[in-house]
Amino acid sequence: MTEQPIPPTTDPGRPPMLGSDDASRSTSGRPAPGDVILELRDVHTYYGKIHALQGIDLDVREGEIVTLIGSNGAGKTTTLKTISGLLHPRMGSVHFAGRDVTRTAAHEMARDGIGHAPEGRRIFSRLTVTENLQMGGYTRSGREVAENIEHVFSIFPRLRERAGQRGGTLSGGEQQMLAIGRAIMTRPKVLLLDEPSLGLSPILIQQIFTIIREINAGGTTILLVEQNALQALEVADRGYVLQTGRVILADSASALAANQDVRRAYLGEI
Amino acid sequence: MSAVGQAPAASSPGIREQVADLSSRHRSLSVIVGMTIVAAILPLIVLVPPFNSFSGQAVWMDGFTIAGIYVLLALGLNIVVGMSGLLDLGYAAFFAIGAYSYAFAASSFTHVNIPFWPMLLAGAAIAAVFGILLGAPTLRLRGDYLAIVTLGFGEIVPITILNSSKYTEGPNGIGGISAPSLLGTEFPTTGNPWPFYLTMLVMICISMILIYRLQDSRLGRAWAAIREDELAAAANGVNTVVTKLLAFALGASTAGLAGVFIAAKLQTVTPNLFRFDVSFTVLAMVVLGGMGNVWGVAVGAFVVFMIQSVFLKQLNLFFDNAHVPFLQDINFLDYQFLLYGIALVAMMLLRPEGLFPSRRRRRELHTDEDQEFGELGDELGASPE
Repeated sequence: MTEQPIPPTTDPGRPPMLGSDDASRSTSGRPAPGDVILELRDVHTYYGKIHALQGIDLDVREGEIVTLIGSNGAGKTTTLKTISGLLHPRMGSVHFAGRDVTRTAAHEMARDGIGHAPEGRRIFSRLTVTENLQMGGYTRSGREVAENIEHVFSIFPRLRERAGQRGGTLSGGEQQMLAIGRAIMTRPKVLLLDEPSLGLSPILIQQIFTIIREINAGGTTILLVEQNALQALEVADRGYVLQTGRVILADSASALAANQDVRRAYLGEI
Repeated sequence: MSAVGQAPAASSPGIREQVADLSSRHRSLSVIVGMTIVAAILPLIVLVPPFNSFSGQAVWMDGFTIAGIYVLLALGLNIVVGMSGLLDLGYAAFFAIGAYSYAFAASSFTHVNIPFWPMLLAGAAIAAVFGILLGAPTLRLRGDYLAIVTLGFGEIVPITILNSSKYTEGPNGIGGISAPSLLGTEFPTTGNPWPFYLTMLVMICISMILIYRLQDSRLGRAWAAIREDELAAAANGVNTVVTKLLAFALGASTAGLAGVFIAAKLQTVTPNLFRFDVSFTVLAMVVLGGMGNVWGVAVGAFVVFMIQSVFLKQLNLFFDNAHVPFLQDINFLDYQFLLYGIALVAMMLLRPEGLFPSRRRRRELHTDEDQEFGELGDELGASPE
């Protein structure tokens, strides 16, 4: 692709974007963020009459971890579904790698480099672990699938042990590993993770977040939705705070973690 | 009968595994070998008591041929219901479409005479087109809603045929349909049952091989994924629209084949051959045989058909001859659907995976210990190494 990189827009109507050029990045040693790979402009998504996303603006740059935080019903999951093509916005646009993908179907997005680990894991519970991973590589050739299964097993050795077991018999943590593993079977450019820490024990949450960092260090851009805002802001470069379908705050992760309002609203401080 | 793969398997788990392994590696070969054995054994078994006392060999073989039609129907419906998880209650409509396609193409009614063999493919193709026509508006429906729409479709087709008497002779049906011919010889419609019988066996054989191929293909995996979780399937790159339409089309085309065959076999078609009870019977065959398992569904269809057409009739005769009070007054054929109902309820309670479950279904449905593990998994299995 040789499209013009989309210039980082700075129209005044949008929330301030401090994070992208911020020198004080949370983790050192990671490649500097590249061009904008994912861009949402004034996205309005509806469920029937319900106006779920009311004009979301969002940028993700190559190599970043960006997190969306916010309470229940803020539109985090809807945003991810709109990006991966499971939902289509009624207004606004989604650009991925310089291409307008606003109306692109989910299966094409999966093929073209979006990996989506949906909310609630949604593994194929009656297929085995290996079959689940094969499904993840549905859009890839047989050789690639074999290679990528090995790659997933090297990230999650636990899954190798469970290779022949049905997805539904795995523990919650293993299911989450499988959901992430399945989503990276295509070696996506951007990985969308929806609540990977949901229902897991604290130790396991730590593990999952470590792996998220590793996957990112391997060159995958990550857009992370979390209710566990503290953890999410720890691994992320930048964050967006969503409320009732709007972005109310966008900043570097460290700035958000230090923000009094955010701390009060989402980090459980009084 | 076709307990082929299972017959030697019972002796020890080692051999059982080996046979299963061998047959899954050489599926096409095992289908051909299995069906050849079936083809050879069935005509012989009816020569021995007590079967020879019921009726002559030719009548038996005609019965087996009709049973084969139901086996084909069950194999096709299994693609839609068992492999893709789309509940279709109007499957007989495609059977009717196949049958009337041949009736229009080769009968004294229309004075057209297209040969049987190309019409087999044409009938399958026409049914497939109708499969897509039904599939397209129902793409967003699942479960109960899909069942209701397909039920409606299953009613619309025979009723339309019934009421368009100008084109279809309405309730009288179309008669004078040509029999197939091979190498210049027309298939005899009475007397020698072998040509129809062998043709049916070859059709089942080819369908089974193709369906096995499909099941193991990328498309088969996509069907399984859609059955499990449509959203996740889409997120993994499955084009759910195309995949579901293909399930409907391929399922319908199998029914189309069966339809062309029954028209040629009976040489007459009437709308009431394709009523709701056909859809229901075939669905019962698929469920009883073991959803998803190709051999299981075939055997299930055969067993159910034999119970319906032989066992119940013989039960009547038996109680009549033995002068059993009360029981001799019951016409068991009238209670056929009651018996199906009871069998299905019992099945769902005792053996939900069917008589001959696929290995996967067994895994899916016998989950007591798995469930326990699933619930306790976080404590048991999820602690970090």
